[in-house]
Amino acid sequence: MKKALIKGNNAVVYSALLAGCRNFFGYPITPASEIAEGSALLYPKVGGTFLQAESEIGAINMVYGAASSGVRCMTASSSPGISLKMEGISYLAGAELPCVIVDVSRGGPGLGNIAPEQGDYNQIVKGGGHGNYKLIVLAPNSAQEMCDLTMLAFDLADKYRNPTVVLADGTIGQMMEPVEFPPPITTFPKKEWAVKATLETRENLISSIELDADRLEIHNQKLQKKYAIIEEKEVRYEAYCCDDAEIILCGFGIISRLLQSVVDEMRAEGIAVGMLRPITLFPFPKNIVDYYTLKRNLKFFNVFELNNGQMVDDVKLVVNGRKPVYFYGRMGGNLPTQKEIIHEVMKNMRQS
Amino acid sequence: MTRQHNILQKPSTFFDIFERKGVSEVKSTHYCPGCGHGILHKLIAEAIEDFGIQDKTVLISPVGCSVFAYYYFDTGNIQSAHGRAPAVGTGYKRANPHSIVISYQGDGDLAAIGANEIIQAANRGEAITVFFVNNAIYGMTGGQMAPTTLLNQTTTTTPYGRNKFHEGYPLRMSEIIATLEAPVYVERCMLTDAKNIAKTRNAVRKAIKAQMDQKGFSFVEVLSGCPTGWKMTPQEAKTWITTDLSTYFVPGVYKDDLETREPHEVKQENPPPEDYYHLLNINQTLKEEYVFPHVLKEPFLEEIKIAGFGGQGLLSLGYVIAALAMGHAYEVSWLPSYGPEMRGGTANCSVKISNSRIGSPLVTNPSTLIVMNKPSMKKFENAVINGGIIIYDSGLIDTPPSRQDVTAIGVPATEIADTLGNTKAANILLLGVYARLKKQFLDEQYIQTALPAILESKALRDVNIKAFNYGFTYSENMK
Ligand code: SF4
Repeated sequence: MKKALIKGNNAVVYSALLAGCRNFFGYPITPASEIAEGSALLYPKVGGTFLQAESEIGAINMVYGAASSGVRCMTASSSPGISLKMEGISYLAGAELPCVIVDVSRGGPGLGNIAPEQGDYNQIVKGGGHGNYKLIVLAPNSAQEMCDLTMLAFDLADKYRNPTVVLADGTIGQMMEPVEFPPPITTFPKKEWAVKATLETRENLISSIELDADRLEIHNQKLQKKYAIIEEKEVRYEAYCCDDAEIILCGFGIISRLLQSVVDEMRAEGIAVGMLRPITLFPFPKNIVDYYTLKRNLKFFNVFELNNGQMVDDVKLVVNGRKPVYFYGRMGGNLPTQKEIIHEVMKNMRQS
Repeated sequence: MTRQHNILQKPSTFFDIFERKGVSEVKSTHYCPGCGHGILHKLIAEAIEDFGIQDKTVLISPVGCSVFAYYYFDTGNIQSAHGRAPAVGTGYKRANPHSIVISYQGDGDLAAIGANEIIQAANRGEAITVFFVNNAIYGMTGGQMAPTTLLNQTTTTTPYGRNKFHEGYPLRMSEIIATLEAPVYVERCMLTDAKNIAKTRNAVRKAIKAQMDQKGFSFVEVLSGCPTGWKMTPQEAKTWITTDLSTYFVPGVYKDDLETREPHEVKQENPPPEDYYHLLNINQTLKEEYVFPHVLKEPFLEEIKIAGFGGQGLLSLGYVIAALAMGHAYEVSWLPSYGPEMRGGTANCSVKISNSRIGSPLVTNPSTLIVMNKPSMKKFENAVINGGIIIYDSGLIDTPPSRQDVTAIGVPATEIADTLGNTKAANILLLGVYARLKKQFLDEQYIQTALPAILESKALRDVNIKAFNYGFTYSENMK
């Protein structure tokens, strides 16, 4: 087993190349710039194109152009940059173009700061752009997952003809951990829909416009069916010590690492705590939340996020009042300490 | 190539029936009578046919009246967001250098909402061809002001006429594009009479040919009638182009470097996958797993905080510790403080080492604190756990820690490193001190072999090794 000690952001660059991505269009923004810098360094070595666009808008539309021809392509940015990309993201979803977008999120709203926040959940998972679309959203919590989920993102994007987001945050992007890289991917799905500037694909059209109300409705229904299949087949999560848990801590991305430590600490004190971490934010792991809700030993869910409470809504939708769902969030780029989390859990234990 | 087209004959580049239009009227275009789009479409379609590039042509349609250009052109088609066609074209062409990319845009699309995209694509010299239809109005949305609307011209959003003090002046895009270095060919034409249509035909061909010959970015602006938006008859519209529009937007060739410009061929390498690790330099960052016989088996978690000024090599010290620990097959994490605080101010990083999966990568209460300046000592001293270790540069921090429940080791690391050859080796000297203290899970022999490979600076390698040994024996002597 060979491992590299590498930053999450750099793991994204290597894994994208190993996944066969040869086209990166980006715009610098902290704390995601390393992905652009790493790509600038490495893409030319394997015959790829790295291009620094004039803006986030330029970058996402370059992705739209490249994706139209069926090649694997990507962009990376951070929260305010992602806001700018939203127009393009809606078009990509409407035209059903596969691509990978990495969001190394930071503090907001507005310029906010560059510290790790998770305030992008709503704009990424609930759709910051217009229209009835969904993105496939993967939330890594380690440098290894920055690699694995980036590779998976390319596969899912191709499989479903859908833009796919790797939603990380400043901490995971900046953190170094041992990463084991898989072998390069050498076979890719055929994309018969793509415009490849060839006779065979001449009749193909990439578009998101449909003036006729009925036909646009049919297109939308088709999209919803696709999303339903994704919800059925692509759910990923991690349940840590949940089966006998009376309390389930829930969080995605970096916060789940803290929750894991908290579980270990509280278990050592004899408290039956578990941690449930959605890895796919869309599709949201509804069934497993439902499964634990139905368990008699479960007293409550405690959701922790680095935002004002965004994913907690999805947990509540599933739990639907059957068990209490408590929320604790930090904002501005602050991470809670383990003590703080334990204090919060103990407080809620006394309540229920 | 010079074949004359019968005016009634349809170029093969057009579909026979415009099925994409929908169920009704699939034989006529959606454009208004007297609209310039139809003529320009035909000139482009003929050129594509004559050049024999129909299969490799990809037309990018904009948002505007020509949003439906794909109804007509039997080529690859991509419909893009308002103003973004040059960026879409850029992405497409970069990924498909063999293609011929044509961006077809109107004035609102190109000169207002997409002004940045067009300037930047032109300035990069993207190997695409842009046709810019300037009719001084927003036709599709019902006759609002365009960036090219003339002064005093009335539109639905300039009901009193365009006022230079309020809306500014009409934008001359050909002139702007021609000032840039990269574009190879820029011309403005108009679709008024046979003579000018012939000129436009010629410009269309030159611009497409420029791309075929790999000469870079070409741009043709076409003054085109919009009888509907202007509320004129087609004949009045033609006259107005001649008398008004073309006196502000003067037709002519604004740039023509076609003769002198060398073709630029884009070569894409395609190395075999076996070479990726090597090309990407992954091999060198990979470290073989080291099976150290004395790896600590009992569960342990070492939490290190390393802090001082930016530039003291503290983040690298953290990296080296983490890399050495990884070499022992431990789980590790390294997390820097990042952002502006690193520029000149204090810097710190957190390193965790364990023989089981690491939860939080943050270190709040370190078991080991390594500090190289006073403010950091002040900030972190009290956070160290009971029984923890504080290693500090006693040359830079004159007051030793006041904590009695920790092991404190002061070494004038920077001073000693200076005498060894370079102050920059101070961090590795402290690593030596640390490694000696953590013998229970760090193997000295392994460190001795692995360290030279892990140290990034080749120039400092020797002095760093000296510093490490000094630090290692320093604490040995102390014990
Ligand atoms: S509105 Fe103007 S530009 Fe649009 S189709 Fe009619 S005449 Fe042509």
